[in-house]
Amino acid sequence: MIELREVSFSYSDKPVLRNVSFRVEPSEAVVVMGPSGSGKSTILRLILGLENPQQGQVLIDGQDISALKEKTKREIRKKIGMVFQEGALFDSLTVGENVGYYLLEHTKLSFEAISHRVCQMLGFVGLNADEVVDKLPEQLSGGMRGRVAIGRALLSTDPKIMLYDEPTTGLDPQATDKVLDLIKKLHQEKSVSSIAVTHQIVDAFAMADRFIVIYEGEVAFDGSLAELRNCQDDRVRAFLDPFRASFTGVARRGFVDGL
Amino acid sequence: MQILRAINNWLKNFAYELQRLFFFSLRMLAALFGQPFYVTETLEQMYLIGVGSLYLLVLTGVFAGQGLALAFSVELADYGAKSYLGRIMAIAIIRELGPILAGLMIAARVAAGITAEIGAMKSSNQLDAMIAFGIDPIRKIAVPRLIALVIMVPALTIICDAIAILGAYFVAVFVAHVTSTTYWTNVRGRLIFGNIFIGLLKPFVFSFIIAFISCYKGFTSEGGTKGVGRATTNSVVMASITILIVNFFITKVIFSLIKGYL
Repeated sequence: MIELREVSFSYSDKPVLRNVSFRVEPSEAVVVMGPSGSGKSTILRLILGLENPQQGQVLIDGQDISALKEKTKREIRKKIGMVFQEGALFDSLTVGENVGYYLLEHTKLSFEAISHRVCQMLGFVGLNADEVVDKLPEQLSGGMRGRVAIGRALLSTDPKIMLYDEPTTGLDPQATDKVLDLIKKLHQEKSVSSIAVTHQIVDAFAMADRFIVIYEGEVAFDGSLAELRNCQDDRVRAFLDPFRASFTGVARRGFVDGL
Repeated sequence: MQILRAINNWLKNFAYELQRLFFFSLRMLAALFGQPFYVTETLEQMYLIGVGSLYLLVLTGVFAGQGLALAFSVELADYGAKSYLGRIMAIAIIRELGPILAGLMIAARVAAGITAEIGAMKSSNQLDAMIAFGIDPIRKIAVPRLIALVIMVPALTIICDAIAILGAYFVAVFVAHVTSTTYWTNVRGRLIFGNIFIGLLKPFVFSFIIAFISCYKGFTSEGGTKGVGRATTNSVVMASITILIVNFFITKVIFSLIKGYL
């Protein structure tokens, strides 16, 4: 279970988050939306303990990660799989080494055992292991890199919490569908809690059934799709209006009417 | 008034940067003694820094040695003291020229590479990904580079010294017409503890300077590709200037400490 309690955070003098509170239950899928620069990605960095809030608490299964020493944070992080923006794959390592990174660094498993698990994982994320395992990340398409990043996060410690930072940004529609399918499959088959951060609204609807809108560092909305449709908060409307305007005709009726 | 304020701000920023560099360097030193120790990464860095810089140091050494020998041979000829060329070359190269040239060349080539590599990893979130996987990036990235530099900079300096003295030999024999025996006897005469100690202490200290500054600039780079470029330039400039300043103080302090051995 993840809970943010009255969290405020700023970089130097620039405030990023103000009194942000929300809670994600086990096996729940939540999407955090908001305009670029609203502080969405910072929320994931706080949950992972990469940053510490100036005020408030970030609780992972009841433990405030921001109050822990680095060594204890490492233990907490074992529960969490993080998919960074654009994958953040290690560009000097092959796809196989990237996916098996955690096992290579932290276990004494044989190379053959790790290779076997890497190939299994690449299959799970929908990639042909024989084709990609020896390639470098730069030789893959954006969508494939995204799936390798998810595989790498999964093959770490079999995490109970998955964090996705803009998992579909910059991908073409076909690659986006594949990544979204994988996120849904993961949620259904492994019952992990997930928090995805995105400003792609259509993708957000495909990833979760609870939505949090962050606007200028504050929680402007927290609820279901139906509640989002009826939300009259000016900040939420300001975020959704440009999206509505960009859809017309059939697409508009199918996707956004009623928002 | 505005100028005073600007100077004040600059001094404050400089002091803050110095403080951050100091604490970062302490973290690197502390990480030296922890576990795990990344043997493969260290050996890889030793190869990249050592073998990769060899051609640069050989070229620099041979031409700098010859240039210096040419200049000195003309001056010494005026005093009828050309036979001392080997002696002067040995002192100049082992104490000053070799360490400085090696330090600056390695700072230019290696510090730029280290800062750019770490900066690129930072801007693409690879350092954060490492932390997420329970790896300390300072131990994994910075420490192997520090160890590799501490071993390879003195080694490369010795090679640079040898090549420079050899380069000077050809000028001494074929241009200044000093006999081979006279040259080598003079060189051997100055291969004494004091000179060799200074000649090895300097690159040892320079290796720490290059490692601390280049890693610090990489880990603290901000602002995407442009920021990485800026950090890389700053890293080379800062390392080079620091090497020159520290070189002066080492020479000054060590001279007064081991005068009797020189």
